[in-house]
Amino acid sequence: MIDPYTESVLIFLGINTVLALSLALPVSAGLLSLGQGGFMAIGAYASAALTTWYGAPFPLALAVGALLAALAGLAVGFPALRIKGVYLLILTMGFGEIVRIFFLNFEPTGAASGFGGIHQATTLTGVTVTVVVLLLFFAQIRGSRIGRALEALREDELAAEVMGIELTRLKLAAFGVGALIAGLGGALYAHYALFIDSAQFGFHRSAEIFIIVLLGGMGSFWGAVAGAAAVTLLPELLRVIQEWRMTFFGTLLVAMMIWRPWGLIGRPRPRLIPGTPDA
Amino acid sequence: MLLQQVVNGVMLGSTYALIAIGYTLVFGVLHLVHLAHGEVFMIGAFIGLYVVLWTGGGVVPALVGALLGTALLGVLIELVAFRPIRARGGHFLAPMISTIGVGIVLQEVATRLFGSELVGFPHRLEPVTFRLGPLTVTSLQLLILGVALALMIALHVFVARTRLGMAMRATAENLLTARLLGINTTRIILLTFAIASALGGAAGVLVGLSFNAISPFMGIDMGVKGLAIMLIGGLGNIHGAMLGGMALGVIEVLSVAYLASSYRDAFAFAMMIAILLLRPQGLFGSAEAVESRV
Repeated sequence: MIDPYTESVLIFLGINTVLALSLALPVSAGLLSLGQGGFMAIGAYASAALTTWYGAPFPLALAVGALLAALAGLAVGFPALRIKGVYLLILTMGFGEIVRIFFLNFEPTGAASGFGGIHQATTLTGVTVTVVVLLLFFAQIRGSRIGRALEALREDELAAEVMGIELTRLKLAAFGVGALIAGLGGALYAHYALFIDSAQFGFHRSAEIFIIVLLGGMGSFWGAVAGAAAVTLLPELLRVIQEWRMTFFGTLLVAMMIWRPWGLIGRPRPRLIPGTPDA
Repeated sequence: MLLQQVVNGVMLGSTYALIAIGYTLVFGVLHLVHLAHGEVFMIGAFIGLYVVLWTGGGVVPALVGALLGTALLGVLIELVAFRPIRARGGHFLAPMISTIGVGIVLQEVATRLFGSELVGFPHRLEPVTFRLGPLTVTSLQLLILGVALALMIALHVFVARTRLGMAMRATAENLLTARLLGINTTRIILLTFAIASALGGAAGVLVGLSFNAISPFMGIDMGVKGLAIMLIGGLGNIHGAMLGGMALGVIEVLSVAYLASSYRDAFAFAMMIAILLLRPQGLFGSAEAVESRV
């Protein structure tokens, strides 16, 4: 058997991988979000309420939490059809803050004092199964029609539309499924942390998920997994990083944008015209 | 009573406007959303606090210290986290992502230096209350409004009347053309960061004075609010940001007075999202400005 410490690190690795994949999907369609923490909060609170108050079985609570997050994702994703880039990033940031303020003031789930007394239901086996299923799903998508459509959308929206790709459906689906996965991650997190409060799902969380995905490189699922491993394991291996965790990753983010904006692994995409900056 | 609430709202809104102008300046000149601006504002508040503690309660030294300190910080951010990325001409979102990293670092460093609790902001200001018919205004409120207005007027004069301000507007209009016309755009960009950050730092002191509480986490909320105002006012529109800040202040105060007070921050963000969806060019912006900047 593995010792409790290793087990907890592996569980957090799994949860971070789920969260990273939740952002990697919309990012692979060129939709950046700084609001994944909001979807995560919805999944976490909804599932915790179901298991704690109504004694619902964990898998059911997981599914309901994820679905509610997906509904929120569709509601946020709908405007995402009209706006992009910087606007979308600010909109999702605003959404994340609204969700945080909502749970900060929502009395039934403990408002500012948080929601405690959740049973532990997240196991290493459960997390592993979730991650494997998600990875299989992403591996299936990658070479498929949908995967190629996502890639086309990210590279050039107009050209993709001219090729007959349905932008509306694809964008909504990417955002909604991403939110669903974030909700799933939130539910897994709530049933392992056993105590949740609104501060855990604020801008910090969204930024951390964002960092994980960017470390691995935009638009690559395996990169997201590698990013999750780096963000989870590096602080465990090096005490200095543990103490200055956010400073380390913040600095890494700046350094990466200077020297390797395409991510730590992988190679830069060839430019259409050599010597010109990317559009 | 309504009039009193509106007056209170304008007082609050004037500090919001200062923060939003910082975002707007940087966005106007560089088309960059400076996501560390909220943290610059927070650092400004702490510089002000320490100057107050050292000098024994002077508001003027606190403001001057915060203005200078954050201007320097802005220059540093430009040199370290912005210029190298621009020089390499990477992805258009790379500079913005880099400022997210800067913000995260600033916040953790501030937490380590100043502790993570709320701290009071002492000042030795005579608490005088002025009465104007049914209205009451405190000397503190007048000071905040006065400083905010003075800074905004100074900025307006600088941008509209001086040679350097003209060079800044030219750079905002078209960087390449400005450079061809002999403007040192590198220096203008540096100056933009300095001015924007200084205004944010001054706002930090003013907010510290008015709420009498500052913390290393105050930058996030205020930062998102500043972004909201920039969007409401129209991207890159300085006067829009001024009016938008006042408008948000009034709306917030009214929502506290007549609706649910604990959701006051949510109103700001809900308003921002509504504007993004219904009028993405902002209340005071023009449609083509958005087309060229998305």
